[in-house]
Amino acid sequence: MTTRIVELRQGILKKNDELARQLRARFEAAGVLVLNLVSSPGTGKTEFLQKTLTALRQQGLRAAALVGDLETDNDARRLAASGVPVRQINTHGICHLEAEMVRTHLDTWDQTRPEDLDYLFIENVGNLVCPSSYDLGERIRVALLSVTEGEDKPLKYPTLFNSADAAIITKIDIAEAVGFDREAAIRNIREIRPGIRIFETSAKTGAGMPEWLDYLGKQCTKRLQRS
Amino acid sequence: MHELSIVTSVVESVTESLANYPGARVLQVRLRVGALSAVIEDSLQFCYGIAIEGTPLAASKLVVNTVPVTVHCQACGRDGALPSLQHFHCPHCDAPATDVRTGRELEIESIEIEDAPEVVAP
Ligand SMILES: [Zn+2]
Repeated sequence: MTTRIVELRQGILKKNDELARQLRARFEAAGVLVLNLVSSPGTGKTEFLQKTLTALRQQGLRAAALVGDLETDNDARRLAASGVPVRQINTHGICHLEAEMVRTHLDTWDQTRPEDLDYLFIENVGNLVCPSSYDLGERIRVALLSVTEGEDKPLKYPTLFNSADAAIITKIDIAEAVGFDREAAIRNIREIRPGIRIFETSAKTGAGMPEWLDYLGKQCTKRLQRS
Repeated sequence: MHELSIVTSVVESVTESLANYPGARVLQVRLRVGALSAVIEDSLQFCYGIAIEGTPLAASKLVVNTVPVTVHCQACGRDGALPSLQHFHCPHCDAPATDVRTGRELEIESIEIEDAPEVVAP
């Protein structure tokens, strides 16, 4: 009986990574800016996204959203109120979205094609750990953090915050009431991801939204070409 | 917890590679897991025990080798291990470090197999 070592040297998530590369190439060719929004449950991500979608639509821009949810379609129904195409991805208990889910839902989404969009938002399942490992083909990964979650959250979830391209602090209208330490939060985010763009927002008062929308405008190649 | 998805992929990949070694039994599966990969070894081990049941990997052991986070410093040009996962700074000059070179790995490094008796290896 002989035993031997067989070198495999392969990525465990190579199928997802390969699919994400294909999606990214397709999105780039289509000129659509794709963002992957990641946060804990209760960050106010859906509300923030709804305000974003509504504002983009009012500017005459074409946006759509894919919404990951464990079982329900509550978030998708709330987002549909913004008047843009919204489709739910029910993960049936899986705690993150995978590239295959994104592709399948795009391929079967009648009348909404990446080629016709300026922006596609992917709202990930509420979870700060698992989504970090799965590339969805997005260009911008956004980490959201609400003022109620504590300033040290970025330090507890370095994988996500280090892989993010932008960070959003939500619910700043209640920052004072909950004793949120703004400087500490910003310092902690930048400990993990030096130089990251941070937006301090309130979906309720609209604070910080103009800066965020301005950032979105500068990132979208299709819009830049049109202007 | 996505460790179950991860070990399920591992079992699939290893099973596929066994096509070249008919009847072989897997003794050990070695992974390289980056310290920044958001995977917890205890959870991996626990899920692995479940995922290998009834597969050619059923009696195998999972070995997880952790890959430290290293960064390349734009300021001083040197590479080095990150002092802490809560402090993305150069270990030499303390400049902010944005260029992560290792630490995100999620790889199957190798497997140790025992060839089936009376089967001539290819
Ligand atoms: Zn340095």
